[in-house]
Amino acid sequence: MDLLNALVALANFVLIPAVAYGSQLALGALGVTLIYGILRFSNFAHGDTMAFGTMVTILFTWWFQSMGLSLGPLPTALLAIPFGIAGTALLVLGTDRVVYRFYRAQKVKPVILVMVSLGVMFVYNGITRIILGPDDQNFADGERFLISARDFKAMTGLDEALAIRTTQALTVVVAVIVVAALFWFLNRTRTGKSMRAYSDNEDLALLSGINPEKVERVTWVIVAALVTIAGVLYGLDKSYKPFTYFQLLLPIFAAAIVGGLGNPLGAILGGFVIAFSEVGITYAWKKVLGYALPDSLAPDGLVQLLSTDYKFAVSFVILVIVLLIKPTGLMKGKSV
Amino acid sequence: MNLTLRTWALFALVAVLIIGTGFLQSWNTALFILNFGLISAIMSLGVNLQWGIAGLFNVGIMGFVALGGLAVVLTSMPPVAEAWAAGGLRILLGLAIGVAVLVAAVLAHKRLKKGWLVAVIVVGGFFTFRAVFDGGVEAVEAVNPSVSGYLGGLGLPVLMAWPIGGLLAAGGAWVIGKTALGLRSDYLAIATLGISEIIIAVMKNEDWLARGVKNVNGLPRPVPYEIDLQNDPGFVETAAGWGMDATTASTLTVKLAYAGLFAVVLIIILMLAQLALKSPWGRMMRAIRDNEVAARAMGKDVTFRHLQVFVLGSAICGIAGAMMTTLDGLLTPGTYQPLRYTFLIWVMVIVGGSGNNLGAVLGGFIIWFLWVQVDPMAQWLMSAITAGMAEGDLKAHLLDSAQHLKLLTMGVILLLVLRFSPRGLLPEK
Repeated sequence: MDLLNALVALANFVLIPAVAYGSQLALGALGVTLIYGILRFSNFAHGDTMAFGTMVTILFTWWFQSMGLSLGPLPTALLAIPFGIAGTALLVLGTDRVVYRFYRAQKVKPVILVMVSLGVMFVYNGITRIILGPDDQNFADGERFLISARDFKAMTGLDEALAIRTTQALTVVVAVIVVAALFWFLNRTRTGKSMRAYSDNEDLALLSGINPEKVERVTWVIVAALVTIAGVLYGLDKSYKPFTYFQLLLPIFAAAIVGGLGNPLGAILGGFVIAFSEVGITYAWKKVLGYALPDSLAPDGLVQLLSTDYKFAVSFVILVIVLLIKPTGLMKGKSV
Repeated sequence: MNLTLRTWALFALVAVLIIGTGFLQSWNTALFILNFGLISAIMSLGVNLQWGIAGLFNVGIMGFVALGGLAVVLTSMPPVAEAWAAGGLRILLGLAIGVAVLVAAVLAHKRLKKGWLVAVIVVGGFFTFRAVFDGGVEAVEAVNPSVSGYLGGLGLPVLMAWPIGGLLAAGGAWVIGKTALGLRSDYLAIATLGISEIIIAVMKNEDWLARGVKNVNGLPRPVPYEIDLQNDPGFVETAAGWGMDATTASTLTVKLAYAGLFAVVLIIILMLAQLALKSPWGRMMRAIRDNEVAARAMGKDVTFRHLQVFVLGSAICGIAGAMMTTLDGLLTPGTYQPLRYTFLIWVMVIVGGSGNNLGAVLGGFIIWFLWVQVDPMAQWLMSAITAGMAEGDLKAHLLDSAQHLKLLTMGVILLLVLRFSPRGLLPEK
């Protein structure tokens, strides 16, 4: 019984939050990895693109709510996501046209493009704050819990409760669908194959008649979709604040690099590695250990390895350790 | 226009902008811009050394600036005897254990190449470290937490904190460089970004060190206090002679005194940077930057030179960070934001002209001037645009959004410069 309680506590406080957070990071990291693999630079504006996409979705969500549209138990934001993706796609395609294309034509060094993306980051950051302001915004509606703590206790008779929020379940389901669709696209369709070919060897791909402009456009649209979905899921699950998204850049980069930049499978693996380490290292294990160990061994302290304020630091310690041991990430990534 | 003339003209423009601010707004604002402009110029000199001359992409400037700020507290605040008695030695012992564990792990990794042994050392060492260290921290933080709860500093004169800030940042840079400089450019950038966040996280959370987010205020000053000047009959008389009241005169005098100190530091660092740039060492660094492979083939130790310049540039940022905290008179770890302390400095270097020391200084002044002045300009612009509009949510929203135009403007400036004048206002010769 105690072991069951320990398992439930572990699932409630570590497994479920980490799986949800990991899925959000993985979607973000997939975008970073695609840009790195195909457009060949680290996009510092990624977090702010996410904030922008979520903002558009929020605006549509509010509009739909005011018209009385809803999805019943599911959040209305799901209806608004396609519009958010469309808005973000327009933004990134426009940016590519006005900003990045010039540098690609000049074949500048990747580090110059990174700097350009810093400029883009400032601009996106400004736009989002001008339109929606810098404060917390709430746009979650629908059913709050899939399984609430009380129901779970009544159902199982355990001391420890398990609560699964709708948004957590939704995150995982949506992430699985999106990742499956992305891999189907990359492996099965003509455009997807040409994207992979372009990423592996640009010159060879050009020789075999792949249109680089099209590959780049498709990449941006996919990235727009990935960041918007990841941003909305994160916003529904936690809360929406432009600054938080700017900060998310750090764990997302860490996830992409830990997995191996340019490698989509690596991005997903990296997302979960980062999420599980962040949650695991900053969680106070007292409760779980208290159930799992015999009374004589039960810990006195909180058994927390690091205080929760070190959440962001954890992702970077992992990043540095992985880079030192495997310089291109866990699954062999690219190097420019 | 040749480069020398252009340099003079642009620096004259900066002088006109600052003096114009004095006449049009207030001399207090003008001196505020001047002081932070001097500090920003030093920071961008440090970054220019790394990027412009050596081609290292460091996005962790904030961390070094913060280490400089920490140095002010550690150097100039009086030690808290009670806290030292309560747990100071235990903390030091804990830290020593931590360092010993790291050294042992590195040695084991290098000599024995046994991954499991390294893991055992690190994990076992971590728990030993926490066992010793945590007790000390609890004891120290319990000492009168509303005013101290930290170990305090060495009680040395505050000017000593500036070189010590440089040393502290250099030490941090050495550790970071040792681990991260082997990485390629993008990876290095992201690693430095992350490490600077770690530095801030430590400063926010380790209360025993510098009170964390509870802040340390009342740092000693290298210049007199305004109130003392106002109480000095001689000063009041002189101020009256200039036709100023004592309050205004005293604030301006203090700001001018800071400006003088900062200008001395800037001139020394600028001269050293110019000498370095023109020396054989500078030529070698640029050769490494332009073609690493060729430089390596010529027998240059690229890794060592990168580490060297990374440490030097970061030390300069540390000095600037210490100066800034001295000027503020308080250390507030919560206010270190990468947008302001890392990315804005990058805008300064790129706009000024990377690879040109005078360009970096110019960029520091111009971008800082804009950072301060875009706000009132945006407010004015927004009230002009909304003047004809009916009162309502939209008008309020537009007026409110003026404060965010600052970021947008910086981004647009950066993009425009990168596009149309990629070598900056004062290009490298």
